[in-house]
Formats: sequence, structure tokens, C-alpha cells
Amino acid sequence: MRVGVITFPGTLDDRDAARAVVVGGAQAVSLWHGDADLKGVDAVVLPGGFSYGDYLRCGAISRFAPVMQLVIEAANKGMPVLGICNGFQVLCESHLLPGALTRNSDLHFLCRDQEIEVVNNQTPWTNSFKQGEKIVIPLKNGEGSFQCDDQTLAMLESKGRVIARYVGENPNGSRNLIAGISNAQGNVVGLMPHPEHAINELTGPSSQGLGFFTSILHAMVK
Amino acid sequence: MALDTVAVAQATPGNAQPFAELGLKADEYARIKEILGRRPTSSELAMYSVMWSEHCSYKSSKVHLKQFGEKTPKSDALLVGIGENAGVVDVGQGYAVTFKIESHNHPSFIEPYQGAATGVGGIVRDILTMGARPIAVMDPLRFGPADAPDTRRVLPGIVAGVGGYGNCLGLPNIGGEVTFDETYAGNPLVNALCVGVMKHSDIKLAKAAGAGNLVVLYGAKTGGDGIGGVSVLASETFGAGGSTKRPSVQVGDPFVEKVLIECSLEIFAEDLVVGIQDLGGAGLSCATSELASGGSGGMKVQLDKVPLRDPSLSPEEILMSESQERMCAIVEPSKIDRFLEICKKWDVTVTVIGEVTDGNHLEITWNGELIVDVPPRTVAHDGPVYNRPLAQPDYIDQVNSQKVNVPIPTTASELKAAVLKLAAAPNLADKSWVTSQYDKYVQGNTIQSQPDDSGMVRIDEETHLGVAISTDANANWSYLNPYQGAKLALAEAARNIATAGARPLAVTNCLNFGSPEDPGVMWQFAESVRGLADGCLEMGLPVTGGNVSFYNQTGAVAILPTPVIGVLGVIQDVRTRTPMSFTEAGLDLYLLGQTQEDLAGSEWAFLHNQRVGQSPDADLQREMRLIELLLEGNSFFAAAHDLSQGGLSAGLTEMVLRHKVGATITVENAGVTLLSETPGRVIVAIDPAHTSRLEGLALKSSIALTKLGTTGGDSLTINDAVISLNELSTAHTSTFPRLFG
Repeated sequence: MRVGVITFPGTLDDRDAARAVVVGGAQAVSLWHGDADLKGVDAVVLPGGFSYGDYLRCGAISRFAPVMQLVIEAANKGMPVLGICNGFQVLCESHLLPGALTRNSDLHFLCRDQEIEVVNNQTPWTNSFKQGEKIVIPLKNGEGSFQCDDQTLAMLESKGRVIARYVGENPNGSRNLIAGISNAQGNVVGLMPHPEHAINELTGPSSQGLGFFTSILHAMVK
Repeated sequence: MALDTVAVAQATPGNAQPFAELGLKADEYARIKEILGRRPTSSELAMYSVMWSEHCSYKSSKVHLKQFGEKTPKSDALLVGIGENAGVVDVGQGYAVTFKIESHNHPSFIEPYQGAATGVGGIVRDILTMGARPIAVMDPLRFGPADAPDTRRVLPGIVAGVGGYGNCLGLPNIGGEVTFDETYAGNPLVNALCVGVMKHSDIKLAKAAGAGNLVVLYGAKTGGDGIGGVSVLASETFGAGGSTKRPSVQVGDPFVEKVLIECSLEIFAEDLVVGIQDLGGAGLSCATSELASGGSGGMKVQLDKVPLRDPSLSPEEILMSESQERMCAIVEPSKIDRFLEICKKWDVTVTVIGEVTDGNHLEITWNGELIVDVPPRTVAHDGPVYNRPLAQPDYIDQVNSQKVNVPIPTTASELKAAVLKLAAAPNLADKSWVTSQYDKYVQGNTIQSQPDDSGMVRIDEETHLGVAISTDANANWSYLNPYQGAKLALAEAARNIATAGARPLAVTNCLNFGSPEDPGVMWQFAESVRGLADGCLEMGLPVTGGNVSFYNQTGAVAILPTPVIGVLGVIQDVRTRTPMSFTEAGLDLYLLGQTQEDLAGSEWAFLHNQRVGQSPDADLQREMRLIELLLEGNSFFAAAHDLSQGGLSAGLTEMVLRHKVGATITVENAGVTLLSETPGRVIVAIDPAHTSRLEGLALKSSIALTKLGTTGGDSLTINDAVISLNELSTAHTSTFPRLFG
């Protein structure tokens, strides 16, 4: 089971994501933004960071990276793709996911331990969780406020495509407390908080983020 | 303007030159002429002016700083000492760690965001330049009064700048300080620390050895920002109504630096450089002259090859520009192709600008014409040295002879009010408003960060080896007694490392002071350096490097003497660290160390506008015994927390609020016991089963041991004063949001 972890210039959490993939039980494969093939991976993680300095808009330049053309193609054919934070922003810019991530409502970068509720455990990235399971993982971003039009929001809600929600006070102004969504097929998931920073209690607030990385293993074995 | 070449300078000895505008004194200018045997060209003048500035040459501090070398304790840990970009220490298992703290005070007052951002960027490049991967940053900050209107401009900008740059580099921010005092109103202090890790064999030095080797400039293009930053900004007192000096502040691009870091580490891993230097203060003037004088002695540079953001820049401006995110490497010709290839992979601009030569000439040409021909050592190392007059200022005897006169709470309601007042005081209040703007998780190795006593990062995932760092200063004590103040800050930083179970190993410092031209300030500085050097010698901790920031002064008012001391320690297994607070009820709480009536320089005195009395004397022998006790007790302590500003009151507040587990405390003479800031004290929590072990350790170490009480409940109860955790939490956490939105 090979999970690709993409590094764009400015990606920061690639090593953390690779570590989480390995602890989750899969093999981590480094993918470079300029790569012209996906090295036979079974799934892809787009980690957090500031790809291309977040110039223009977060993720707006990364979507044109050579490797992203392959990711988009594979995702449309059903390959599981998880975008975390900046990766989520890239997925939105790539139109693999609807909506956009905008400045946090208080305009500050926010790093804190955040409780979220997994509200759809039917995706290849969330099947290790119980439906409605509440976990605490780090949230850290400057532009994490999920926004979309009313029609899209209604569609996401009615189709069960909201996969995780913030619990308690809205940390960044996201509509309907949305922390993560999926595409229609469920194979592409975008998540604002960082499960890769919660794989043990020594370096993170919990080990509850690991579920995203064990989920993908279950999904592929099935 | 016609090009001022060496030939022109020789032909026109009488031309007037703007040396004063560039910050040089008349006698300094005369010395340059004496060195060169002619008047300098305008480019040479530019180079000398930045390199002989206070910031780069340490001309006022050198005579004092040499004590760090003379009094350095014997330490096997020191691999690279003072003088390089940053000191390097051996932390075992083949790892070397480099760490350093630097100031970016003046630019941060003018342009808070960019000033703070480029402060982080500069210190990170210093660490990278040693060959290390940067692994964490810290930021001790000091501001004017918390409720002053200008603090509301400066603080949010600085915090956003530190975060904006550090977050984008992927460096966890693992601690720092936020302190307020009116003397910092026109002179906020932005000190930034970076720590990096490498294998011993990977250490890089700033030297251009080997004639024929190539001088390679890589990273960002050179622009017109930060011209004369070190001479104009950092080496002068701000006038009351001067110009804004905005063009002297550098503008940072953290994305370029992130790419530069990864590109450089790949270059280092393939051993492609002979020597390397980052371009920080004084830009190319500094890099070329320091590299040349550190190596074969000579260098030829074609300045017109430097890639420019602004093509209209003159040679003088290019030499002085402090554009960020640039590095200068010395590369053997056989390795240049691979070097260029790696730069291409990372889309990093790279240019061969010259070559290393034998001899003693740094020669710089502009379109084939010689515009600089100087002995590089005279630029980099032979700057002026001043033994400036110093005199104990009059205030010392005045304040030392007075006694602190503050109300001491006695009744339950007075005690409660005092604890709540300290919990909410800006200097002691919860700093999450600041630290939540910093990424503490990136890289996945952060074991401790604010509000822990020290920052701690793991450096090996297999063996769990880690390092801990703390930075501390107590400017109130330094004001009352700069010699003791520096020693006390050193002791506190070392203690903050040891409470977690890490052994203190080495010291860095950032010495922030007013104008060295004021004999009183100079005396404060000299006393601080003497105290720190004596303290380091006594504690066996080598000073690995540091930074001096003078001219933190508005008009006649200097900042409090603020020597910020950083101590780095090693912990063999980060999993065994002792946390700063407890998570369960039923533990016994003890105070290690004796409490005296030490209210001079305390937060309680500060809150009552009292800056008088005598600071405590540092007892470093006792501090060292306490550290050994803490390291031994690490195996069974449930929690350990240093007491410093705010004393027992603040220490208990921080412990009970950390995991929302209360405590019931019984103390004698509660008012003074809660408010006094006697140094050398630590609260520990233990399972009652370990009582005799703790008593044995205290006895062996001759450290006073007093039982304080037990953990549990939803209040902090001190004698008959009951403070609910909710009340205490509200007081502690609402100050920053109320002040800064």
C-alpha cells in the first residue's frame, strides 16, 4: 500500500504527513511538484504549508503544478486524495472540491487544539472513526474559513459531503462549522485541521488524528 | 554621477565625502584614509561605514565582551565558539546543535510587521549558515505599557510578523516572553532565537579558502531595501521628530527563505561548499569581507553580475543593501555544475560573482573598473574599538537605599484580590493571544512550548534525544543591580531547563541597552557582561555567541538594562520529561528553596509603581545544587514549575490553570510568601509515596523543602482564601483579548 505525499515549494508538513502515513501502516512515497508520474501510488496526501508562498491565492499556483494534473486525473477515476489545510485549498482551486477557504474571521493566524466531530465515516479517509466521533487535533492556518454559496452548502449538507465539523465556538467563521468536505464520490477529502500532527500524545494533543491514516489502509484492503 | 573608481580616488584626494551622513565619525574617516593611503572611493566608504557601525563592529562592546572568552569555563561540549555566525555545541549521539539569539529592535518600531519578520529571517539564516537544519524559533518581546495606544500598533504588528515569517518557514515557535514597561514605549525589543541541528561532520564556517574557488551568490535578487540598516537604524538613537527612516527597513519574503533553506541543505548534504555566509546586516559588504578575511585573504568580485530587483541601484547601494534571503557560498570549480543544478531544481537565482585569490586584497569591479581595493580584514575585523567612559549612574544609590513600600495582603479577601490582580497583570497574564498566532506543531517534534517553563524539541525520533531552551531576563532586577540581574537571569533560564529534566549545556545572549555614549548606560552594560561572564564561569556553561543592541533609547530615556539570556540543555529521552503541571488530584505539592522577603523588583512592586530597593543576590552554588536535585528527581516528579516573576502566586496560578486541576495550599506569612520573588525556587508535585525520596534529595542537596499542600478540586485555595478556577481563569485569560482585540 503506497501513499504519495506531495511536496510543492513552500510545503511544510510533508515530513509530518509521511510520518503519519507510515505510523498508519502504509508506505510513504515522496512526490515532487514537478514529477511527471505518480510512481504507482494507491492514494495521495496533499500536506499543509504555504505552497508557492500562497501568492495570488492559497493553492492557486499549485493547481497548475505538473503533478497536480496527474492527481486531478487520478482523483476523477476514484483514487483517494486527502488535502490537509493548504492541500484542502489546492483541492478547491483545482475544482476537485467546491467552495473556497478565506481569511479567518478574526484575520489572525490561529494555532490551537481543536475539537471536531466526524460526521461522515463512509469515506476512505474517515472509515476508522465512529459516526459522530469527537476528536481533538491541531488547527493551524490563516485562511481556514470555508465559504460557498447557499446552493452548494445545501447540496453538501443534503448529500452527506460534510465530513467533519468544528465543535463549540466557530474558530474561523466557516459556514455551518465545516472543517472538512468530500467530493461526490467520497474519494477526495479536504480537511482544514491537521490529523498528521496528532499521531501520538508526545508531540500532539492526542493520537486521534491517526484514524485518517488507518482509514485509507482499511479502504484499500477492502 | 560619475563612477568613483580607485583611480579617480587617487587623482582627487581632496574631494569631500559624506562620511558623517553614513554614520562615521571624523577620526574613523581619517583612519580609513590612513589604511588605504588615499581617500576611499564612495563604494569603499559605503563598506566601511556599514561594517564599522556599532551593530556590525561591536566597537563599544568588544572590550567588555572579551570576558566571555577569558572566563569561559572548560567545556567539552563547545564545538564552535564566539565569532562565527552562531556557536555550536555537542549534544551527543553525533549530533551538534547551534543556537543564537539576535535583536531586530529598531526596524520593528518603525515597521513592526516587516521588522519582526526579517528579524526571524535573519537569525534563521545564521543557523542555516552553520550547516544546520533550523528546527525551532523563540521570540522574547518587550513593549511599552500594555494599554498605551502605540503598543496597540506595535504589538499586533510584531506578533503577526514573527508568526507570518516563522509559520511560513515551517519552524515551530516553542516559547519566548512578552513583557511591558514604559521604557520600551519608543523602543520595543524584538529578540529572535533560532536553534538548528546537524551532524558534527556537517559544520560549515564562514571562510573563503583556496585561490581559484568561486564566489557564488544565491537566493533573492538584490533590491533597494534596508540600505544602511545597520549604520543608520541600529546604531543611532531615535530623535524625537526625525524622519521615518522607512527605506532602511528590510522587506522579507519567507517563501524565498523556505526554498533557500531546503536548497542549501541539499547543497550541504552533497558537500558542495568550502565556506558560506548569509547576507544579513551590511549585506554584500559583510559577506565578502568576512569570507575573504576568514580564508585565503583575497577575493575578486564583479559587482555588476549581482542580479538586481531594481536595475537603477548604484554600486554603493548594492554593497550596502540588506535585501533578505541571500547567501554567499565559496565553491570549488569542479563542484559548481552540481551546485547550479540544485539551485535550478529549487528555482533559486544563482550567480557566480567572483573568485578567491591569494594575498590581502578584496577587489571589486563595476563593468571592468576597479571601485574597491581594500585589505578585507580592515573592513571586517579591524574596525574601531572604543573603551567608552562608564560611571555608575546616580539613580543606583538612590533606589538601592530606599525600601519597597507596597501593601501586603493579610485577610482572605486581600489575598484573593492579590492573586487575581497578578493573574491578570499584563506581564503575567495568559499569552495565548500571542502564541496562538504561531505554529507550534510543524515538524512534529515539539515536546514543550509556551506556557511550559522551556521549549523542548526532539532531535532524534529513534533515540528520543532532545534539547530544551529557555530565554529569560529580569530587567527590574537589572535596573537595581545589573551585575546581579544578569546572573539571576542566567540562573532562571538554567532552572527553567532543569525543571523539565534537561541538563543545561550552553548559553547565548542578547544584550539590549540604551546609548553607549551615556556613561551610565555603559556602566550598566559593563556590569551586566561582568555578571553574565562570572555566572557562566561559576555554573560551567560556555557562552557560544550573542548579540548586542545599543541605542535603545528615546531622547534621554534609555530602556531598562535588558540582558536576555538563553540557555540550551539536553535531555536524553524526551519521553521522560517532567511536565510543568499536574493532571490528577491527590498529589502533594512542595516548595523547593527558601522564601525571603524579596519584593524589590517584583511584579507586585511594579504594579505599585515601585522600582526601588535591592535586588536579591544570586547564589549560583545553591542554584546548581537545585538543578542537580531537579535532574535526579525527574524520575519521580509528577510536575515541576519554576517560580519567577509573580512568585508563588503566579506559579500556582499557572499550574492549576494548565489542566484545570485545583490545589489546596497552606502557607505561613501568606502575603509575603505569595508575592516575594526570591530566586532559586521550584514547585514540585509528587505522589505521596515518594515523600521520603524527595526529602532525601532535599537533604542531600541542602535545599529547603516546604510542604505547600495537595492537588485537586476546582479552586485554588490558599489558607482561607478560596479562588474558583473559573474566576482565576477569567482573570488570567481576558487581559490580552481585552487589550488587543
